[in-house]
Amino acid sequence: MSTPDNNPADTPSKTPSKTPSNTPGNAPDAARTAVGTATGDTPWATGEEIIRFQDVTKRYGRQVVLDDLCFSVYAGKHVTLIGPSGSGKTTILRLLMTLIKADEGSIRVEGDYLTHEERNGKLVPAGERHIREVRKKIGMVFQQFNLFPNMTVMRNLTEAPVRVLGLSRDEAEQRARELLEMVDLTEMSAKYPSQLSGGQQQRVAIARALAMRPRILLLDEVTSALDPELVAGVLDLLRDIAHHTDITMLTVTHEMNFARDISDCVMMFDHGKILEAATPEKLFNDPEHTRTREFLNAVL
Amino acid sequence: MNWDWEVVEEFLPRFWDGVLVTCQALLGGTLIAFTLGLVWALAQRSNLVWVRWPVNAVTEFIRNTPLLVQLFFLFYVVPEWGPSMSPLATGVIGLGIHYSTYTAEVYRAGIDGVPRGQWEAATALNLSTAVTWRSVILPQAIRRVVPALGNYVVAMLKDSPMIAIIGALDMLGEARFFSAETFQYVEPITLVGIAFIVIAYPASLLIRALERRLATY
Ligand SMILES: Nc1ncnc2c1ncn2[C@@H]1O[C@H](COP(=O)(O)OP(=O)(O)OP(=O)(O)O)[C@@H](O)[C@H]1O
Ligand SMILES: [Mg+2]
Repeated sequence: MSTPDNNPADTPSKTPSKTPSNTPGNAPDAARTAVGTATGDTPWATGEEIIRFQDVTKRYGRQVVLDDLCFSVYAGKHVTLIGPSGSGKTTILRLLMTLIKADEGSIRVEGDYLTHEERNGKLVPAGERHIREVRKKIGMVFQQFNLFPNMTVMRNLTEAPVRVLGLSRDEAEQRARELLEMVDLTEMSAKYPSQLSGGQQQRVAIARALAMRPRILLLDEVTSALDPELVAGVLDLLRDIAHHTDITMLTVTHEMNFARDISDCVMMFDHGKILEAATPEKLFNDPEHTRTREFLNAVL
Repeated sequence: MNWDWEVVEEFLPRFWDGVLVTCQALLGGTLIAFTLGLVWALAQRSNLVWVRWPVNAVTEFIRNTPLLVQLFFLFYVVPEWGPSMSPLATGVIGLGIHYSTYTAEVYRAGIDGVPRGQWEAATALNLSTAVTWRSVILPQAIRRVVPALGNYVVAMLKDSPMIAIIGALDMLGEARFFSAETFQYVEPITLVGIAFIVIAYPASLLIRALERRLATY
């Protein structure tokens, strides 16, 4: 693997001093940071490495939002990000969803660079085609739902499968009906999002993401915009998905009980760095850092 | 004031000719203004500087010069090296182009008003740029701007008598010629004034109906 000779920014940088044995895609090594910052056992760091952040830095102006971040997520595992406001949790998900670009470092999904591709043995900024190919594997659910208000629920669920995956309308609607059944909204298919409650909208948004059959699901505080009485329904649905599918989940949440239920690994963030990563039992009951303890005391 | 029905009767044939011209100018001009304005608005958001910049310059220029000058230009200057067209066709195109620079601004505001989350959801679903525009952004943007677009239809109606200057006689043009020949002013001008209201009203009703039809969500 050659390093690009130009373009220092947004380049998969290989800094040997920081990554002593960095064979790309090598799972045991990739677990390095997650395990490096990990405390206790690391049962989440087994199997196929599906996401890998390597030395990722993101800045807004002078503010360093993510600071040389390294971590890996393994296929089918559920990783939850917690941490104080502004610590960079959303930024991680937005980077993965290609809504923003990293300033330095590389992100790989199933071994493929997210925003770079290899051409003639060189890494170059990826074309739209490559990005779209990698992006197919990732779905995202937003805090504010972001359903398309001009489409019925049914069309919200079928538009992308038809336009992007090339499903026939019948196939897409069949798939949508199954998903609506799963999220318990069978009667709502002809309604518009504005006619639904927040909780129902978010369940549709989850179904919409799942309709694309992603391998990875990103969830960014998906219950924060909901009235308290609607939160449980959405969390129950997500628990269901976590326990009954093999989808990899990367979740940002302030619902600590939920995090405890579904997570294989909880990562505590602070100032753009992983402070510690551990199983929920370990992290919630016996955190290593006082900073984590303070944070948990504040939110629990 | 003396109202003479015989004058009205005498004027009527030419009045109807004028009404026809006014309606054609309004419909044709609206069609052009609505579509071309959208083209401008999209071009102004292009990633390509050499598309964005000239379009910005041209629309800014057209918006800030008088319609009258543009009509003269289209009718007398363009045929020197381009196609020559009938007065009515020239008038329709002139009105359409002039107002397209206003509707472009309206569309642009509508597009800017679509929340960023909509773009992000489209990206997260991997929709192509074309599909994102067609299925997500434009339907929401246009729905928001129909009332503002409607205002420009009425404004265009009020500007339509200008095309008489290049010989496309609208209602007012016909009235003035008639008056110049017969020295009868009251009836033709009054009739034309009423006609403007009679045309403007259904036009605004039409826009409102369209607004309601788009308000499905
Ligand atoms: N578009 C932007 N421009 C400038 N600064 C930004 C932008 N987006 C995020 N930031 C900054 O980056 C930092 C990290 O933001 P991020 O949204 O990732 O935090 P977070 O951990 O998700 O916090 P929260 O729990 O409040 O959602 C914040 O300080 C924020 O102000
Ligand atoms: Mg956030």
